[in-house]
Amino acid sequence: MADIIRELEKKSNIARQKILKMTTQCEGGHLAGSLSCTDLLVALYFHILNHRPNEPLWEQRDRFILSKGHAAPAFYVLLSMSGYFPDEELFTLRRINSRLQGHPDCKKLPGVEISTGSLGQGFSAAVGMALGYKYENHNGHIFCLLGDGECDEGQVWEAAMFASNYYLKNITAIIDRNGYQIDGPTEKVMKLEPLDKKWESFGWNILEINGHDMKQIVGAFENSRSNRNVIIANTIKGKGVSFLENNNAYHSKPCSSNDCELAIRELNQKLKQI
Amino acid sequence: MENIIKTNMNKSTRDAFGEALVEIGKTNRNLLVMDADLSLSTKTCLFANEFPERFFDAGVAEQNMIGVASGLSKTGKIVIASTLAIFASGRVFEQVRNTLVHSDCDVKIVATHAGISVGKDGSSHQSIEDIALMRVIPGMRVIVPCDALETKKVLEKIIDIHGPFYVRLGRDEVPIITPEDEEFILGKGKVLRNGCDLTMVGCGMMVFEMLKAADILEKKGLQAEVINMPSIKPIDRDLILESCSKTKNVFTCEEHSIIGGLGSAVLETLEETRGIFLKRIGIGDCFGESGLPEELFEKYGLSAHKIVETIEKYLKT
Repeated sequence: MADIIRELEKKSNIARQKILKMTTQCEGGHLAGSLSCTDLLVALYFHILNHRPNEPLWEQRDRFILSKGHAAPAFYVLLSMSGYFPDEELFTLRRINSRLQGHPDCKKLPGVEISTGSLGQGFSAAVGMALGYKYENHNGHIFCLLGDGECDEGQVWEAAMFASNYYLKNITAIIDRNGYQIDGPTEKVMKLEPLDKKWESFGWNILEINGHDMKQIVGAFENSRSNRNVIIANTIKGKGVSFLENNNAYHSKPCSSNDCELAIRELNQKLKQI
Repeated sequence: MENIIKTNMNKSTRDAFGEALVEIGKTNRNLLVMDADLSLSTKTCLFANEFPERFFDAGVAEQNMIGVASGLSKTGKIVIASTLAIFASGRVFEQVRNTLVHSDCDVKIVATHAGISVGKDGSSHQSIEDIALMRVIPGMRVIVPCDALETKKVLEKIIDIHGPFYVRLGRDEVPIITPEDEEFILGKGKVLRNGCDLTMVGCGMMVFEMLKAADILEKKGLQAEVINMPSIKPIDRDLILESCSKTKNVFTCEEHSIIGGLGSAVLETLEETRGIFLKRIGIGDCFGESGLPEELFEKYGLSAHKIVETIEKYLKT
């Protein structure tokens, strides 16, 4: 198990480097919120999801929905690292004629289950997929990543209510609790706490973890398959690079070329220590 | 026309929808239905009673209904999502645009209680903008059947066509106008009455009003061609151009704002066509109000003889 965790940690480091490079080179993309959820996505794509990158519509698959569509750079990096499309395509992010739209487009890119980007909506669709799987007695599980700021949306709570009303036990919501939304700290802009109690009162089982501790992440995901769980993953916006961490200036702004080089250097040093 | 009134086969399009759903549900096991706490009004309750395991009520949460319906469809189902038109278009506009249509979900939105014929509930429940809202979404198809028979045919047809649709139905009873053996074809309208002096193009409840208006006009010496245009998007461009180039005068009739609805769609069709006069008959730039449907049709200029009055302003009888 320790080896598996170490491998996943290495993958996270590499994924972060790719996110930094693609967003800097393409001069766009929500960098900090991509780095906060990188570890969660790595665990899903390399250890948890039952999926076939060379057969994206494989009927028996688990499904992942990025409801916080703004973290598209992290999502695209994980899809390409898993083999959904070639690595070099990452550098077409947000460019004309690219399949890698600013926010995920399911009609363009394999591995995207449904188009997202407008907050709150992906989670409803994920609940719909869980309902469809339940109706079919399908064994697959639905994983859906939401931002913490996204929980301001009323639709999130409509969907949360719906999932427990229909006794869905094949869906896991993951909240990337990095503490920030565009206008500032979540507790300053629009109080979310007590977030766990809110979800609990909507009929969800709560798992709270450190969203950068790979052992905790894997443990939570492995325990989440048989119930309607919400994993509140406490994360750090801009995680992995000292000058990006908790720096909301990088919410939707990539690094300059120089800063990107510094960041890559820092990540490479950390990679050696894993 | 007199035959239509004599047969006295009045039925609301929402009733026809509810019954058709049950019929289709018997053979198509892949059909799932959702509603947002209005199944008694939309008539999806008939399906819910017959196939409770295939019916999902979202409660009073329309935005989530659209999202769940979209997700459901992505597991290989055909989903009907139904509620009142005011909520099925306006309240959920962005969910329909960004999730449902953008992802090409196999979800058919069937909206009932459209237009001012909702009556006494007043303007908060009178959807007069929904055709405009749905029509503007890239790739969305918009259908407005004129009677119970056409509603059934529309439903049977669109279930077999992949992708999103918006079907607009009414609350009130309307006479059956369309013949039993006539097929509904997406993108096609139908000439119900031939004429050479003017063309009337309409949809929904207005088709019956147009037919009555054409009778009155005939007595005044004007021969009106009446076109039923259930397929607002895609619209029957050929039929419109053919009729309009013959009559040179077009009057569009809709129980909808004149901004962005059927009239606008016909205007767009006639773009680049010279020498044609067009007047949109519909609800002006204002909200409706409470009242009986026939009183509202009268006040807002949609009744047969109000249509005639408008036409007479522009054409000599």
